[in-house]
Amino acid sequence: MTAHHRIDVSKVGDVTVVRFVDKTVLDESSIHELGQELFGLVDAQNGRKMVLNFSNVEFISSATLGKLIVLDRKVKTLNGRLRMCHIRPEILEVFRITKLDKLFDIRDGESEALAAF
Amino acid sequence: MGHESTAGWHRQVRLPSERGASRTVTDELLEQLGAHGWSAEEVFAIHLAAEEAIVNAIVHGNKLDPAKCVAVLCEVSTNHVKIEVEDEGDGFDPAQVPDCTLEERLDVPSGRGVMLMRSFMTRIEYNAKGNAVVLEKRREANAN
Repeated sequence: MTAHHRIDVSKVGDVTVVRFVDKTVLDESSIHELGQELFGLVDAQNGRKMVLNFSNVEFISSATLGKLIVLDRKVKTLNGRLRMCHIRPEILEVFRITKLDKLFDIRDGESEALAAF
Repeated sequence: MGHESTAGWHRQVRLPSERGASRTVTDELLEQLGAHGWSAEEVFAIHLAAEEAIVNAIVHGNKLDPAKCVAVLCEVSTNHVKIEVEDEGDGFDPAQVPDCTLEERLDVPSGRGVMLMRSFMTRIEYNAKGNAVVLEKRREANAN
């Protein structure tokens, strides 16, 4: 098993559910580590089905948005599917402003995200 | 950088050009925003704008050069916040930053900082050289 420091990973059926450990990821090394853990997970599972649960996330900056965009691209390249859920209104607003809500598949809660596969 | 002295709290610091240096000032800024009655949504917006401006200055402006610093001035009152960030780099033209919301650029992983600052603050203005930015947020007066 790969050790993760920035994410908690669990399985619901054939879907990998990822929760973020940190409320705020701001410094570059943490953002890099978060990216590596997410990308490694996609590589290990060859894309497939993944839910990112943001319930613990209180703040996000453009650097983390960049990692999410690369993750989304990576999953799509492998013909996998990525859903995001439990995103608080302020962060949802960031996605709306940047129009990433059009790129990402965003659902209200985890059950809705899981049901969407 | 000149500024009005209308704030209830202000702090002027020079940050090293190191990743993570923004925490030195943003932690205190967040505390002061709360103390001056700014809402959680407003604090989020100001935090995001400050973080983007400082990280841009450190990474893109000073290019992490340890010989260069980033000057940050923060002013917080109950209805006005001003943040000035100046780096020692060559500057840039914010008008030349491509629109990250264009369909063909949606999956480009960088270039969203300036747009987020513009969206979340009342005013954002770069100097002519493009190495200093002023961010302001004004709060509407409450009826009560």
